[in-house]
Amino acid sequence: MSDVMSTAATQAAPQSASGPILQISGVGKRFGGFVALDGVNFDVARGERVGLIGPNGSGKSTLVNCICGTLQNETGTVTFDGKAMNGLVAHQRTHLGLARSFQLPRPFSSMSVADNIRVPLMYTVATRSGHHLSHAELSDHCHELLKLVSLEAKGSHRVQDLTQVEQRKLELARAVAAEPKLLIADESMAGLSHSEVEDIVSLLLQLNERGITIIMIEHIMRAVMKFSQRLVVLVSGKKVADGEPEAVVQDPEVVRAYLGQ
Amino acid sequence: MELELLLNALVAGLLLGGFYAAVTLGISVSFGILDIVNIAHPAFIILGSYVAYIISSKFGIDPIVVAIVMLPFFYALGSAIYQIYYVSFERRGQEALRGLAFFFGLLFVTEVLLILVFGVDYRYVEAVYIGPTLHLGILEFPLRMLVPALVSIAMFCCLQLYLSKTFTGRAIMAVSQDPLALRLMAVDPTRIKRVAFSISIATAALAGAFLIIIQPVVPSVGRDYIGIIFAICVLGGLGSLPGTLIAALLLGIIESLTSIYIGPSWAPAVAFGVLLLTLAVRPSGLLGR
Amino acid sequence: MRTPLFVLIWAIVGLALYLVFEIFGNDYLFFAGYIVLQYIVLATAWNILGGYCGYVNFGSAGFFALGAYSGVFLYTVGQGVDDFGTEGFGALMHLIFPVPVPIIIVIGGIVAGLVGLGTGYLTLRLRGVFFAIATLALAVVLETLVVNWSYVGGSRGAYIIPPSEIPIFGPYVQFLFALMIVLVIVALTSARLIERSRLGYGFATIRDDELAAEACGVPTLRLKLIATTISGALMGMAGAPFPFYIGYVEPASAFNLSYAVNAIAMPMIGGTTSWIGPLVGAVLLGSLQQLATVTISSAANLLIVGLLLIAFVIVAPNGIVGLVQGWWRKRSANTPTKTSTTSSAKPSTTSGEAKP
Repeated sequence: MSDVMSTAATQAAPQSASGPILQISGVGKRFGGFVALDGVNFDVARGERVGLIGPNGSGKSTLVNCICGTLQNETGTVTFDGKAMNGLVAHQRTHLGLARSFQLPRPFSSMSVADNIRVPLMYTVATRSGHHLSHAELSDHCHELLKLVSLEAKGSHRVQDLTQVEQRKLELARAVAAEPKLLIADESMAGLSHSEVEDIVSLLLQLNERGITIIMIEHIMRAVMKFSQRLVVLVSGKKVADGEPEAVVQDPEVVRAYLGQ
Repeated sequence: MELELLLNALVAGLLLGGFYAAVTLGISVSFGILDIVNIAHPAFIILGSYVAYIISSKFGIDPIVVAIVMLPFFYALGSAIYQIYYVSFERRGQEALRGLAFFFGLLFVTEVLLILVFGVDYRYVEAVYIGPTLHLGILEFPLRMLVPALVSIAMFCCLQLYLSKTFTGRAIMAVSQDPLALRLMAVDPTRIKRVAFSISIATAALAGAFLIIIQPVVPSVGRDYIGIIFAICVLGGLGSLPGTLIAALLLGIIESLTSIYIGPSWAPAVAFGVLLLTLAVRPSGLLGR
Repeated sequence: MRTPLFVLIWAIVGLALYLVFEIFGNDYLFFAGYIVLQYIVLATAWNILGGYCGYVNFGSAGFFALGAYSGVFLYTVGQGVDDFGTEGFGALMHLIFPVPVPIIIVIGGIVAGLVGLGTGYLTLRLRGVFFAIATLALAVVLETLVVNWSYVGGSRGAYIIPPSEIPIFGPYVQFLFALMIVLVIVALTSARLIERSRLGYGFATIRDDELAAEACGVPTLRLKLIATTISGALMGMAGAPFPFYIGYVEPASAFNLSYAVNAIAMPMIGGTTSWIGPLVGAVLLGSLQQLATVTISSAANLLIVGLLLIAFVIVAPNGIVGLVQGWWRKRSANTPTKTSTTSSAKPSTTSGEAKP
């Protein structure tokens, strides 16, 4: 595979000495009277594969939004790569190497599939490296990224012409295009078939091998168990478990949260 | 003398604010709760004024009574407009740009149609309470301001009760926060929104009657109120009816004081100035969600 | 097509138009043509923020009037330049004033651009809806300020008396017409350059999904401020020569609602996704209105514009250009050899130009 992936790896390498890549300490967020996140703490080591699970409404998406800057947490700190993220807006965090895919795909509907991939290349990769990419380089990168998710034949199609599954793949490819150090994949496998789930899992494993730290948020337990080195469980805005996947899924509190009181 | 002037300026401001509250009530529902930027609302108010004018002058009926009789018709008008809006924009997810342009076009077309039908002469109505003033000590309450203000506050209370006590009313408050939950309760969010929007247009009938009682009306007057309406909505906080009422009274007082102590030609800028200030400093308003 | 060629082609078109009008010898053509050209600039300017970024500006009249009143102000200062005497500062003033119209256009653009930047800075962090309302507010506040500023005439208005003839062009209106052609070329070229550049992609992402745009690394606030500034500046430039065209400027006409409506209707009817749309919309609607004002009342004229706006927004949301593109796409889809063509935006045939 190409320079696209190796750039991410070389970016990850120099800082691999010190500390966790992501530290979430005491992060809290309220919406009016509703407490979405209540003092969440956990760390993610460089190159780790973390699975984040929890029942619907437990605050997973809010946490992702706070990590990525789409929302600002009211209490606590998000520290990425040794830098405090408080006050930084989303695009600044993306430039620093944080990328996410959205749970419900949010493509740029007026553009073609390839152009969707072009955007993070133009605005994150080019900005980060300091020189702008020529038209040919952009096209090459786009093509490789589309190949990654088997969409290379549909580069010039409109986004509306893609199936739901293909839109999810595009969503993931677009996040990867930003050459992140940390990728948060938010329910990218919902609605996929068994083999498609396998494809995405092996894609994410591949990316991880190149040095990208990955947080996977999923409901498909099969995929989560296969992928994660560590499992974190969120219930009603609080972290209730954090450890080895096998141990966590047998934790009585986790079982109770999923099956109800 | 100074105190008397100040107190009466405050009274005038409160009464004006009461009227402004009626004018803003509709938008408080359609924009504050439903998130529909019905920038054409002032046009419906003016329409209400002209309807009150025609029927009142022809049959000699009190304009507020006319407005109450016209409520169902304005309600129906609101339903029709919401239906077009929903089918053309909301369903397709294109409300932002196109919905705004739609309502802007509607504002415009309504105003021009009124000009073509009624011309640009000022119209006014006659009623028993236009003219006399109630005196309480050194305070003066012009009845033509007092009556609309009182009816307006009554309107507010009714609507607030409706939204908090009845099933449909609470569904309206719910639909703005969680349409999915509503659907799970087998309530059609679209129908609820349509009811809410229709109510908002219905309020325009009454607001229109108030307007033509308070001042002579000409079709372009509607546009002058856009600033006032949105200033109050934003200042009060979107989605909060009590907030709207308080903000309306506040704005009325500010405008009244400005008019008397600085000069009436600055009055139009007051509302917009307040709006810009609020947006810059505290966009969620006084009591916003 | 490279940009210099584009500019050349339109310069030739403009020159040809000018010469044709001159041959006809009817002043009316220049007067009416000026207004249509002015609307092309306004529509194109509006579209940079509205069509490309998805942020609606209801206060186009305000920016237009900022340009117009910059002209009035500079003219009025020029008229009173003798008051400064002929020594020292007075000599300097005599050197600067009267300011030639092309410079006034630039100044009008700068003033309006700065106001656009300021308004954007205050309101663009909020949702697009609040920006739209704020632009309305701005127009009214500006109008109130002007009404209370007697130096530029206040509500009584100001008289501007340009020379009746000017070397090379002959009648002064022909000079203004030529200036407006230059402005049109500037506007169209800017819009087209933006569209095809990285900036254009960024604008489109803001329109399509601002949240996703941020997640992809697009600095949305900065881009929105750029769009607002460029849009405002172009509108101010369109307004700056207006006092010299019309001779008498008063707030009611400078801040006239028809500017706001037309600035929105023309791009939405023509098509908002490319620079061609506002051009088509302005030429069609502008010419229609020029004809209509002489045949039917100006109120009925505006009624038609309003109805067309509503109709197009409901039925043909991508405007005339969108209809044509849709028809073209259907034709290509029916042809066996071709696969689907690219989407309605961004024909990136030129090399990607790095922009802020």
